[in-house]
Amino acid sequence: MNIIVCIKQVPAKDAPLAISGNWIKESDIGFEMNEPDSYALEEALRLKEKHGGEVIALSMGPERVKQTIKEALAKGADRAIHVADDNFHQLDPLGSARALAAAIQKEKCDLVLTGLQSDDHGFGQTGVLLAGLLNLPHATLIMSIEAAEGKMKLKRELEAGWFQWIECPLPAVLSIQSGINKVRYATLKGIMAAKKKEIATVTRESLGVSAEATQRVEKIYVPVKSKQTEFLTGSAKEVAAKLVEKLKFEARVI
Amino acid sequence: MEFTFSDEQQQLRRSVREFAEGEIAPHVMEWDEASHFPAEILPKLAEMGLLGVIFPEQYGGAGLGYIEYALAIEELSRVDGSVGLTVAAHNSLCSNHIYKFGSEAQKKKYLAPLAQGKMVGAWSLTEPEAGSDAGGTRTTAVRQGSEWVLNGAKTFTTNGHYAGVCVAMAVTDKSKDSHGISAFLVEKGTPGFKPGKKENKLGMRASDTSEVIFSDCRVPAENLLGEEGKGFINSLQILDGGRISIAALALGMAQGALDAALKYAQQRKQFGKAISEFQAIQFKLADMATQVEAARLLVYQAAWLADQKSARFTAESSMAKLFASEVAVRVANECVQIHGGYGFIKDYPAEKFYRDVKLCTIGEGTSEIQKLVIARGLLKTK
Repeated sequence: MNIIVCIKQVPAKDAPLAISGNWIKESDIGFEMNEPDSYALEEALRLKEKHGGEVIALSMGPERVKQTIKEALAKGADRAIHVADDNFHQLDPLGSARALAAAIQKEKCDLVLTGLQSDDHGFGQTGVLLAGLLNLPHATLIMSIEAAEGKMKLKRELEAGWFQWIECPLPAVLSIQSGINKVRYATLKGIMAAKKKEIATVTRESLGVSAEATQRVEKIYVPVKSKQTEFLTGSAKEVAAKLVEKLKFEARVI
Repeated sequence: MEFTFSDEQQQLRRSVREFAEGEIAPHVMEWDEASHFPAEILPKLAEMGLLGVIFPEQYGGAGLGYIEYALAIEELSRVDGSVGLTVAAHNSLCSNHIYKFGSEAQKKKYLAPLAQGKMVGAWSLTEPEAGSDAGGTRTTAVRQGSEWVLNGAKTFTTNGHYAGVCVAMAVTDKSKDSHGISAFLVEKGTPGFKPGKKENKLGMRASDTSEVIFSDCRVPAENLLGEEGKGFINSLQILDGGRISIAALALGMAQGALDAALKYAQQRKQFGKAISEFQAIQFKLADMATQVEAARLLVYQAAWLADQKSARFTAESSMAKLFASEVAVRVANECVQIHGGYGFIKDYPAEKFYRDVKLCTIGEGTSEIQKLVIARGLLKTK
């Protein structure tokens, strides 16, 4: 089973947040593998260990993305594709999905895995759009994959503790639920072995994908923390009624 | 001149850090309190390749150098010095003695399972009356036919209770003083060989430090490790590398203490602001960070020299060990001070760093012995 895993590099969780224009200042921060994608990678590696085949890590972005690609290779991906472009963070999910789809179409694969969403923009759309562009079946919030004879039995997480089992043909695109597995660490041998693995670099232009976005981020900002205290007066009954009203219509929490 | 780590070395640091934070950090206080040797972590350390960092792949090691080894020890020790110490004693003392001075047959039999992490190793040099002074060694080995018979006891042996094999120094020719000491491989379960008292320590409580006792312990002649009479001389070379790992151990704990102090100083509010906004605290943090960085340069310089193979690095590894361990003690002390009352209780990591780091100015040669080694090098060249 040949599996492509789409992996995004995102700002590190402990990176200091400073805003520059309509994005965060990237010059002084570290980057890491998008955590939801690490579960997709782990699932791909486990499927490979069970069914054979190869795992291809696919990532896009500037040169620094190679660090995350190498981590995927160190954990056990067989080879990688880097769609090189300096302006991918400007892209919306559709733009990203178009570039990924163009790269995927050049490969022969049985399964494409993505994480649930990215830890930076968090649109949660790339996997869905990717399936649409590739014209492949798709399912989200995958908790378990049992592959056999050209199809898969999938467990999906629903709301309120419910699960759903579905059957899905191959090839397909799946978005993996975070926490589905325990992600492995890159071992010392894995890190050294990754040095010899292939990273094929393709440019966005060579894939024929436009850098023009179909949506635009107007503004990003850090929410202002405010602390206000208001005393309600009256009898216990009156105060309770006022409180319920405020919780319902002002705070909108009940 | 190059001051950056390679991509692979940076990846290794991140990976060992993730491992330490994921697998070790949640248990650190529990292991420390119970003085529990975490045998359960050994298969995971083995899986990571951390029990055979510096040995060639043909023996199942990771085939890396001292820079990578120091990075691994630093990151483990940043989270728990005890695990760092267990790994350091296993790699650079026991396993390295077999790798450097063992026969091919000994390497196949002992180094391979050690490097693959199928067992841990111990290395016994110190005795009640012989630490820095080898001449006081009382443990003897007498050749009887095709066997050596060992008698005596060793103290302060790291991993003593858990080791599958112990490399032990014993006097084979009393008349030759330090040139009459030889190294022997003693397997766990050999009749007459047993671990003795497990020490109850100030710090590094999750690392096992034990007596090991030899009473008419018979090992086959082929268990002589290295040349007869060269055991102590070889041990000194092993300690050159060992000191780098203790320096890295000290560096990791110093970094851990600095990280803890930084975190606390930004959280703790007094007089309406975080204490990190006060210059008194800022100066402490700046001093700590500068000292840690200076220690780091010495540690990785010594590791780099060790990787050059051709170069001697006795003085540099002593300098790294001396400086990093003294820095670690000072930084851990300031870490407790910044924590104030909370530095004195076990709800915060400060007090544990304070207890653990002290080992580094003592183990594998005290600070004073390091100074002697450094001075000897200086005076010889003049």
